[in-house]
Amino acid sequence: MNQQPLPNSLRQGPDLRGRFGEFGGRYVAETLMPVIQEVEQAYNAARNDPAFMAEWRRLLKDYVGRPSPLWLCERLTAHCAAESGRDDLGARIYFKREELNHTGAHKINAVLGQILLARRMGKPRIIAETGAGQHGVATATACALFGLKCVVYMGATDVERQAPNVFRMKLLGAEVIPVTSGAGTLKDAMNDAMRDWVANVADTYYCIGTVAGPAPFPQMVRDFQCVIGEETRQQILAAEGRLPDALVCAVGGGSSAMGLFHPFLDDKDVAIYGVEAAGRGMDTAEHAASLNRGRPGVLHGNRTYLLQDGDGQIQEAHSISAGLDYPGIGPEHSWLHEIGRVTYVGATDDEALAAFQLCSRLEGIIPALESAHGLAHVLKLAPTLRRDQTIILNLSGRGDKDIFTVAKHLGEQL
Amino acid sequence: MSASGSTQECFDRKGRIAARFAKLKAEGRGALMPFVEAYDPDPATSMALLRGLPGAGADLIEIGVPFSDPMADGPTIQLAAQRALKAGGSLAGALAMVRDFRREDDDTPIVLMGYLNPILSYGIESFCTEAACSGVDGLIVVDLPPEEAAELAVPAREQGLDLIRLVAPTTDEERLPRVLEGTSGFIYYVSIAGVTGTRSATRDALADAIPRLRRHTDLPIAIGFGIRSPQQAAEAVQLADGAVVASALIATLADCLDERGRARPDTLRRVLDQVRELAEAVRGARVTS
Ligand SMILES: Cc1ncc(COP(=O)(O)O)c(C=O)c1O
Repeated sequence: MNQQPLPNSLRQGPDLRGRFGEFGGRYVAETLMPVIQEVEQAYNAARNDPAFMAEWRRLLKDYVGRPSPLWLCERLTAHCAAESGRDDLGARIYFKREELNHTGAHKINAVLGQILLARRMGKPRIIAETGAGQHGVATATACALFGLKCVVYMGATDVERQAPNVFRMKLLGAEVIPVTSGAGTLKDAMNDAMRDWVANVADTYYCIGTVAGPAPFPQMVRDFQCVIGEETRQQILAAEGRLPDALVCAVGGGSSAMGLFHPFLDDKDVAIYGVEAAGRGMDTAEHAASLNRGRPGVLHGNRTYLLQDGDGQIQEAHSISAGLDYPGIGPEHSWLHEIGRVTYVGATDDEALAAFQLCSRLEGIIPALESAHGLAHVLKLAPTLRRDQTIILNLSGRGDKDIFTVAKHLGEQL
Repeated sequence: MSASGSTQECFDRKGRIAARFAKLKAEGRGALMPFVEAYDPDPATSMALLRGLPGAGADLIEIGVPFSDPMADGPTIQLAAQRALKAGGSLAGALAMVRDFRREDDDTPIVLMGYLNPILSYGIESFCTEAACSGVDGLIVVDLPPEEAAELAVPAREQGLDLIRLVAPTTDEERLPRVLEGTSGFIYYVSIAGVTGTRSATRDALADAIPRLRRHTDLPIAIGFGIRSPQQAAEAVQLADGAVVASALIATLADCLDERGRARPDTLRRVLDQVRELAEAVRGARVTS
C-alpha cells in the first residue's frame, strides 16, 4: 500500500526484529510469542494479497466514507493572521478531516484492516483496549459488521469521562469491561487486554488501537493509517500545487500522527510536529509527555520512551483527553524524536480547551479533545509562518464524546 | 542509578541451583519453590517470611520484584505488587533482601522473578554484578523472550547468573529448541495459557507436556502457574522436578492482613504453615519418572 521507499529513506523501518533504531521489538511473555508471530506472518501475507487490500479499500470507501476531505480553514487562518499582528504572516491552515469518518475518528482505518486480518486468521473473538473510547467504538463497529464477538477493556476513569462512547459500544453489541487497576486509564486497560489475550490466544485477536505494542503492531497500524497521509499528499498537491510546509498532529500512542507523517518523512522541506499532552504543564508532575519528559524503557511489548520513576516503575500520565492519557508512545515516534526528523512539542489541558472552543466557533467543527491539542500548536505556529505557507492538521476525531468533559471544565451543567 | 554499594561483602558462590537439584535428585524427590513478593506487605514481614522459608521446607525460593504493570500476573500478584510498591519496594530493595538472607543461608538458591523495565532502569551491567554479589542465583524475566534476551543473557552469564526461560503450552516443538537454547539452571514450565493465580492445568495436560519437554532438555523442569494445593504440588513433582507456588501463598498473606493492609501477629505463621503443608506433600510424593 506504500510506495517503495528509497534506499536512504526514513520509511524503511522496522527492521526484521521489529525495531526502529533501538526502539520497538517484541517484549512479551512466552505464551504470547507464538500468536504474535502468527499475526506477523498473516499480516505479511495479507498486505501482499491484492484481494485483501481491495476488500479493505472497498470498506474504507463505501463504509467509512473515504477519502476524507482536506478543508481550508479560512476563518482560523484569518484569526492567526490577525494574531501575528503583521500583514505578511499567518500560514494557511488545512484540516485533514478524519472526524468525518464513520465512527468519528481515524481509528476505524486500522481497525478494519485488523478485523479483516483476524477473520483471515480464523479468530472469532476480538479484544481491544480503549482510552477515549474511539478505538473501542471503531472495534465494536467492525465486529458488528462482521458478526464477531467483541470485548473492550476501558479504564474505569475513562468509562466515566467518556460515557457516551461506552453506551455506543454497548449498542453495537460489545462487552465493555471497566479496569480498576492503577489509575484506571489507558495503560491499565492495555495491561488487562494483554492478560485476556494470554488466556485466550487460541480464539482471540487483540486489535491494538495505536502504533504501539509488540511488533508487528506498530508497523501494521501505521501502514493502515498511512491512508491518511497518502490522501493528504494528493489533496494538498491538487489544492496548492506543492507540498505543505508543516504537518501537525496530536500524539497519544501516535497512530493518527504516524498515518499523516509517514508518507512525508522523506520530504525534507516539510516540517513535522507531534503534539504531546502537557496536562497541567510539562514541568508539573501531571502530563503525558513521554518524549519530552520520559526516558527509554520497556512496556506493553515494546521499547520506547516512557514516563517512569527512578526505579523503572511506570508513572501515571495525566491529560484532560482520555486518548492522550498514556505514559508511553509508539516506538517509531521515539526513533523519529531521537533522529530529530519530527519535533515533539506539548499543549496543556487549558490550551487544548481554548483551541476546542475556537475551532467550534470559527470553523463550525467540534474537534475531539485529542485533536484540539494538535490545533493548540497550530495556533502557535501559524502566526509565525508566511501567508503563502501551509500547515495541515490531522483533525483526528470529532468532539461529541467530549462535550461532557468540556462542559464540566467550563463550569456548565448539562 | 544503581543503588546499594557493590563494595559491600560479596556472596559469589556459584551453582547453587544445580547443586540443589542434584542433591534432591539423589534424595529421589522434587523441589518446592515458594514465591514471595519483595516488600509485601512491608519490608520487615517480607524479610521474616523469606528467612522462614527454608525452615518451612522451601528447596528453592523465588522472589518477585514489584513492578507497576505486571502484565503476566492475575489480581492476587497485582495487588501484592501494589502493596509492595506502596511499602517502598524496588529492585534495589529486593537485592538488599537477598543480601540479608545470604548472611544466614548460603545454600538455598534464590531466583528473582520480574519484568524487564526495572532492570533496564537499574542498568543491566550493574544489576547483574550486584545481583550475583548479593547472592542471587537465577533470573526469570517474564517479558523477555529469547528473541530479545541477548542484552541480559550475556552479562548474566558472565556473572554466573542462570537465566531461566519460560516454556508455555503455546510453545510448539518447532519453537522449543530456540527457547531452550542458552537457558541454564532449570526450565520453568508455565502450565496454563493465562496469567498467574487464575486456572490450574489438569494432570493429564501436564502428563502430556512434561515428557515432551524432557525430550528436548536435560535441565530440571519446574512447573508454575496454577499450583495451589498440596495435592497439586505433589502431582507436579511426580511429573517434573519442582513445583512453584505463588498466588496461593500470597492469597493467604493477603487474607491475614488487617483492614489497613498491615501484617497481623499471625500473618507470618499462617503463610509458613501453608508452606509446611506443601513441603510435606512434595516430600511425600513418590517420584515415578
Ligand atoms: C480522536 C483521537 N485522536 C487521537 C487519539 C490518540 O491516539 P493516537 O495518538 O494513536 O492517534 C485518539 C485516541 O483515542 C482519538 O480518539
